[in-house]
Amino acid sequence: MSLAAETHGFLSPTGVEIAFLLVGLVTFGAALVTVTTKQLVHAALWLVVALGGLAVEYLLLTAEFIAWVQVLIYVGSVVVLLLFGLMLTKAPIGRSPDADSGNRWAALGVAVAAAAALVWVVVDAFRATWIDLDGPAAGSTDATGASLFQNWVLPFEALSVLLLAALVGAIVLSRKAKTGVSQPTAGKADTGPVTAGRTQASQATPGKTSASQGTAGKADREGTP
Amino acid sequence: MTTTTLAVLVPLLPFLGAAAGLLLGRTAPGFVRPLAVLPVLASFALAVVVAVRQGGDQAVDAATELTPTGSVPIELALHIDGFAALVALLVGFVAACVQIYSTGYLRDDPRYPSYAALVSLFTSAMLLVVYSGDLIVLLVGWEVMGICSYFLVGHYWETPEARAASLKAFLVTKLGDVPFLIGLFALATDAGSFRITRVLGTVAHGGLDHPTLIALLLLAGVAGKSAQFPLHTWLPDAMAGPTPVSALIHAATMVAAGVYFIARLLPVFEASRAAMLVLAVMAAVTMTGSALAALAQDDIKRVLAYSTIGQLGYMTGALAVGDRGAAVFHLLAHGAFKALLFLAAGVIIHAAGTNSLAAMSRMSHLRDRVPDAFWTMTVALLALAAIPPFSGFFSKESVLGAAEHVATGHTEHAPGAAGWTVLVSGLLTALLTAAYATRLWLLAFHGRGAEAPDHGRQPLTMTVVLWVLAVPSLAVGAFAYRTLPDWFDGRDLTPTLTTSVLGTGVALVGGLVTYAAWRHTTALASRVPLGAVAAHAEGDAGQVEAEAIASHKPAYGDVAYAPDPADPGRLLLGPLHRHAAVGFHLDAVYTALFVRPVQAGATLVRFLDREVVETYVRGAGALPRLLGSAVRRAQTGNLQTYVSALLAGTVVLVVAAVLVATGA
Amino acid sequence: MHLAYPVVLSALLFCTGLYGVLARRNAILVLMSVELMLNAVNLNLVAFDVWLSKAVEEALHSGQALTLFTIAIAAAEIGIGLAIVLAVHRNRGTADIDKLRDTAEGLEGHPADGSDSDAPTAEQADRTGKAEATA
Repeated sequence: MSLAAETHGFLSPTGVEIAFLLVGLVTFGAALVTVTTKQLVHAALWLVVALGGLAVEYLLLTAEFIAWVQVLIYVGSVVVLLLFGLMLTKAPIGRSPDADSGNRWAALGVAVAAAAALVWVVVDAFRATWIDLDGPAAGSTDATGASLFQNWVLPFEALSVLLLAALVGAIVLSRKAKTGVSQPTAGKADTGPVTAGRTQASQATPGKTSASQGTAGKADREGTP
Repeated sequence: MTTTTLAVLVPLLPFLGAAAGLLLGRTAPGFVRPLAVLPVLASFALAVVVAVRQGGDQAVDAATELTPTGSVPIELALHIDGFAALVALLVGFVAACVQIYSTGYLRDDPRYPSYAALVSLFTSAMLLVVYSGDLIVLLVGWEVMGICSYFLVGHYWETPEARAASLKAFLVTKLGDVPFLIGLFALATDAGSFRITRVLGTVAHGGLDHPTLIALLLLAGVAGKSAQFPLHTWLPDAMAGPTPVSALIHAATMVAAGVYFIARLLPVFEASRAAMLVLAVMAAVTMTGSALAALAQDDIKRVLAYSTIGQLGYMTGALAVGDRGAAVFHLLAHGAFKALLFLAAGVIIHAAGTNSLAAMSRMSHLRDRVPDAFWTMTVALLALAAIPPFSGFFSKESVLGAAEHVATGHTEHAPGAAGWTVLVSGLLTALLTAAYATRLWLLAFHGRGAEAPDHGRQPLTMTVVLWVLAVPSLAVGAFAYRTLPDWFDGRDLTPTLTTSVLGTGVALVGGLVTYAAWRHTTALASRVPLGAVAAHAEGDAGQVEAEAIASHKPAYGDVAYAPDPADPGRLLLGPLHRHAAVGFHLDAVYTALFVRPVQAGATLVRFLDREVVETYVRGAGALPRLLGSAVRRAQTGNLQTYVSALLAGTVVLVVAAVLVATGA
Repeated sequence: MHLAYPVVLSALLFCTGLYGVLARRNAILVLMSVELMLNAVNLNLVAFDVWLSKAVEEALHSGQALTLFTIAIAAAEIGIGLAIVLAVHRNRGTADIDKLRDTAEGLEGHPADGSDSDAPTAEQADRTGKAEATA
């Protein structure tokens, strides 16, 4: 392995590596814009770019199933949820001058220091390590499913319980704020079908589960204001 | 059962009764009265059986060593001779009377359960002192009595008088107890044992190295407990407790313990002539001074308290002339009539609604309200004044006879000077005793003015006890002086002609002079109206008494004094009256000698603590305070700042860890 | 492919998210930054899983399984987080993190010294009142 790694130099990147680098640059850039832009909605949209870029990176690493789950959940539901959150908190459209707190310079210092330390450590540790991407894909749906349901069944089921708890928690947190008398019945009517759908969904892949959960939370939140 | 077993049960039963009473007092109020009365009665009955079996013969001795206790062994020992058997009889008798009386006296008192349990404990401790054959076991009973007296005198702790009196009783007796303890240790070191029999054996062989020192140390404890000059000041103030407690403390327990202790260890004191002289002088000063003070008191119970001190002076006087038979004889007789005096005084206070003699002298028909108390108190006062044929006459004559015996140089036990001191002061005190007894009787029962308030008949439990106690006061003396010597050392207790005539004569003179003075002054009574009556005259006797004590100072300006020109004592004492009323300023002397320096010391310590120590503390606190305010500034509440600091620290740590791990 | 590429990208993304968490004022933007950090970890997991599944014979694909779990948990987290942010926004009228300073020391006019003993209780009472208003 190490002998093989010796033969691969950084100065002669393969096609995969060039693609990875380019997509990585785009992802990193989108992430930077996400955390620095003054327009809150734009931040969410740039986040889509960054998360999509990551999905491509997963594909390049032959983890195709993860890549699609990433697209489905992050790009499909989480970002939508975040956009709803922004709207419900009456986030200003357009440039808001106070998007960053007064802590930004300290934050910048910490982040740069952390980045320098991390990059230095990982480069120092893994500069000679080579990933062999040839042969059967390591992250095909077949391989992932087999390992998930052979070796990871128990954590998988435990996770479904966790998701249920999160669902109930989200509902409770939303209900608590209600003050009217008619609201709780509406909330109850809201939660009924969601819970039923949730039980069904827990049998499916976690991706689907969280997708339905996300919509459930969304529907719940829509009823609130 | 053997006599030993019975004797062990005598102090044990009241103790168990006290424990049960304390445990059940809240949960089962119905059991409190039986638990208070029955163990004490049973222990009295057992004491009678023990006395009958012992019969004044060879002393019963039993000892068991529970565990080795070092160089000088401490044993659970019994030593019952004639003295112990008879004194235990008295203790049981008076305690039973007091417990029965208390059921009526403190009928409605919410703290009756704890009160009754403490009285039982007190009795048990005294019985332990009486029967114990080991000095350390005796000391246990001695100290338990001290703490019980503290609680009982402070029974009405709502009033400041009671609080002060209980503290004073405790501190003054403790003042004597410290030298007492040292004396006990010194005695045991010299004798090599705490057993009384062995100590006496050592003394008989002249084995004591420091007899005077030991005797004087022990004397200090006895003076505190038996209220002898100069440690007697707690006793008049202890009147702030309920009357039955006063009766118990004054008649049978506590004050009797000191006298009884000397009687037991008399050979130790006889080994030192100096100690006997000190004892004689102490007795003389105590009896004359207290008799003078008794003549000036306004509170009926304080008169009785000073009279107790005086009678105790007679007992120590008898001991000073080396006659413990006479001392214990007087102890027994005095126990009976003094208990009666106090219990009757309790009834009178309840009926009159006041404890002030001045106020009583302005009430007519008080004796018709409480006929039982009137007759029994008359008997007891005659016994106190030593008028034949009441018991006090015989016991006091035996004391005076013993003193005369020594004074005329018939014995080698005691120095002749001690005899003369005791004899002269005893005769003087006899005169004064008769005077204040007469004064008390005249002022209380022959008042003129408005009719005494009528609260109906006194509770049966209280009046019956008075008559029961009147029997020994009336009759015992005449029978006892013939039989008692068999129980004691065998010395004759029959009154001698000289002292009888002298003693009775001066007593009669005292009584008649007081009567004359009273006739002279009583006309003034109607001119100066005085009076204070308890607010809740319908309450039980305990409540009335507590209110009477609490209102005496606001009404007359002092707990012991009343500005009454109709008082025959004022006429008799003349310029002395002012000083006698306050106990010859002894309290003021103690205040100047002890209380003030201690308070000044406390002020100094407080100043040092507040100003000096506190400054150092503040100085030491300045830097942490500064740092604290700096750290406080960092607590902005902004979560992001916190996390930034946390992560910055993490980065630093990680870099450091990596550098160390890679050896850079 | 060199392992260093995904790992370095992951580190950079993580620190970008870190910066966002520390510097953004709006709570929802902070949540976005948290998502970035989570994704950086995911990338790491996937990269190491791919490397190890080729290098080791009996691989359990733990990296990919954990990535899936992380994604699920992240979804749950964003749901709960948004619910909290909305509740806060509804009660306080703001979702700005640096305005939620209830835990600050001495904001309620803390006396300089002397009454150290009763100041915390007064402050606590104040805070309790505020908490009740929040609920």
